[in-house]
Amino acid sequence: MSDIILETKGLTKHYGGVHALEDADFVLRKGEHVAIMGDNGAGKSTFVRQITGVEQRTRGTVVFDGKEVHFAGPLDAREAGIETVFQTLALADDLNVPDNLFLGREKTKFNWLGPFRILDYKAMREDTMAGLVKTGVKIPNIKNTIANMSGGQRQCVAIARTATFASKLTIMDEPTAALGVQETAQVENIIRTLKEQGESLILVSHNMRQVFDLVDRIIVFRRGRIVANLDVKETDGNDVVAYITGSKTGAEYEGAA
Amino acid sequence: MSDTSHGTGGLSFDKSKRQWPNELNVFGALILIVVIFEILGAVYVGQSLLFDSNDRFDTIFNEARLRIIIIQVAIVGIIALGVTQVIITAGIDLSSGSVLGATAMIAMSFAQVSEVNGGPNPKAIFGPALQDLPWLVPVMVGLACGIIAGIVNGIFVAFARIPPFIATLGMMLFARGVAQWWSSGNPVSFPTEAYAKIGAGMMPVIIFLSLAVVFHFVMNFTIYGKHTYAIGSNEAAARMSGINVPRHLVMVYAIAGMLAGLSAVILTSKNLTAQSGMGLSYELDAIAMAVIGGVSLFGGRGSIIGTVIGALIIGVITSGFTFLRLGAFYQEMVLGAIIVGAVALDQWQQQRAAARS
Repeated sequence: MSDIILETKGLTKHYGGVHALEDADFVLRKGEHVAIMGDNGAGKSTFVRQITGVEQRTRGTVVFDGKEVHFAGPLDAREAGIETVFQTLALADDLNVPDNLFLGREKTKFNWLGPFRILDYKAMREDTMAGLVKTGVKIPNIKNTIANMSGGQRQCVAIARTATFASKLTIMDEPTAALGVQETAQVENIIRTLKEQGESLILVSHNMRQVFDLVDRIIVFRRGRIVANLDVKETDGNDVVAYITGSKTGAEYEGAA
Repeated sequence: MSDTSHGTGGLSFDKSKRQWPNELNVFGALILIVVIFEILGAVYVGQSLLFDSNDRFDTIFNEARLRIIIIQVAIVGIIALGVTQVIITAGIDLSSGSVLGATAMIAMSFAQVSEVNGGPNPKAIFGPALQDLPWLVPVMVGLACGIIAGIVNGIFVAFARIPPFIATLGMMLFARGVAQWWSSGNPVSFPTEAYAKIGAGMMPVIIFLSLAVVFHFVMNFTIYGKHTYAIGSNEAAARMSGINVPRHLVMVYAIAGMLAGLSAVILTSKNLTAQSGMGLSYELDAIAMAVIGGVSLFGGRGSIIGTVIGALIIGVITSGFTFLRLGAFYQEMVLGAIIVGAVALDQWQQQRAAARS
């Protein structure tokens, strides 16, 4: 088995005449943490949406875990093992932490009861605690509803949700964009924990310091194309900014943009 | 977990955010209303509303009045159990009163006796082949009618994406039309003895409370209940999590319809007749019970216990006004004010919750 968890070849997305994503070739190895950077509208989120099945690609192939995949929707992607923390948190405000973690995949007893099968609250609570310990997320009271939590806690719940289930790839779309300093630190600690556990991660972020702290590799998007593939040890902030703004283009991507 | 449960920054446990069950507030409101009526009763009528005041001290409560209070809300209460579930999905069901009317006519037609006072049944709808049927037949017909109406509601809401208000408003008009068309406006009467027992005496109350227990369990401990709350709380999240939202909504509306059908059976059995005007404005009473009981019209919040207490509040107010010998119009004014007050309180709580998070 190869150690490549995700590979895209010529991934392209056109919205009518708008070429949002053009010929993206991307490789992610198992356990690797990669950041996707770029200006607004550079194609970062479009790229993520094609991988997670939120949208259907115009052209190109996506190979996930050794198999070429065509996800019909985010649910397919999730079942295959891609967990996504979206910019807009997909949490139900009036439910508590275990309910949200297990939403749509509840543990149940008496399954012959069909839609009225009984929820196994105890097992879900135990798994939630285990998931929170695994990610290092601290939630004071998991029986609290999401509506009673701060933005940071909500984000932590959303991330814990991806980590509780044995996923092969986690994608986070600007997980700290709306958070305060301490909450951001908390989320970054969770990401480090995931790294230690060998979880593969794609992190979409605008935060240069965060990216240099957390990931192995930086992919820069500009005007719908990948223009750089940088090892964090061999680059610096100024360099990345130069790629983002277009004053520099990676050697292997010459002629692309 | 006590030492690790206090995180950094904004993650420590804020005791002011501890959750206080909303049902306790509603129950407090019920107690408050009872106290107000007791005081008014003592001052103006010289009697107690709920407590025994015949000076014999053989019982604590005025059982006759308690019985009246609960019987008069039981049938609408059954509808309210279904409406509660619909409102928790952030929907609304305006059709239940009319569905009750249509179902009453249809179900009663299958419950008729062939012989009345030695002659043929003067109100017969069908021929002798469909008379003197076992009681289970009209009950099943009633439940089926309700379920069909509910499924139609659900399909329009979930698949055709018609706002619940409009979809169920259409069903409300349609079902009332069916009720009138069924026997050209004539009442359907003379049910079998067995059928007449279904809604006799305290049966409506027993059925209402049993169903309340069942649906309390269903809403809190089954996957159906959890998904109902999830859809009302954040439909997009529910969809993303893999819940089949349209199918679930159809099921919720079907259950609401089934309960309207069941209440039609109980009401016709209790009254021994079905009339096309039956259940008029019951849907509003049922919604009022749910809303007073703390079910949020924005979805996601509310409970069966709350709705049962809401039903009791309406029962106490209705009885209380009669007890004070005040006209029914005062009662409706007060009920109207309480409903708006309950929604305003919910709105205020929502805004406060949004402001602090």
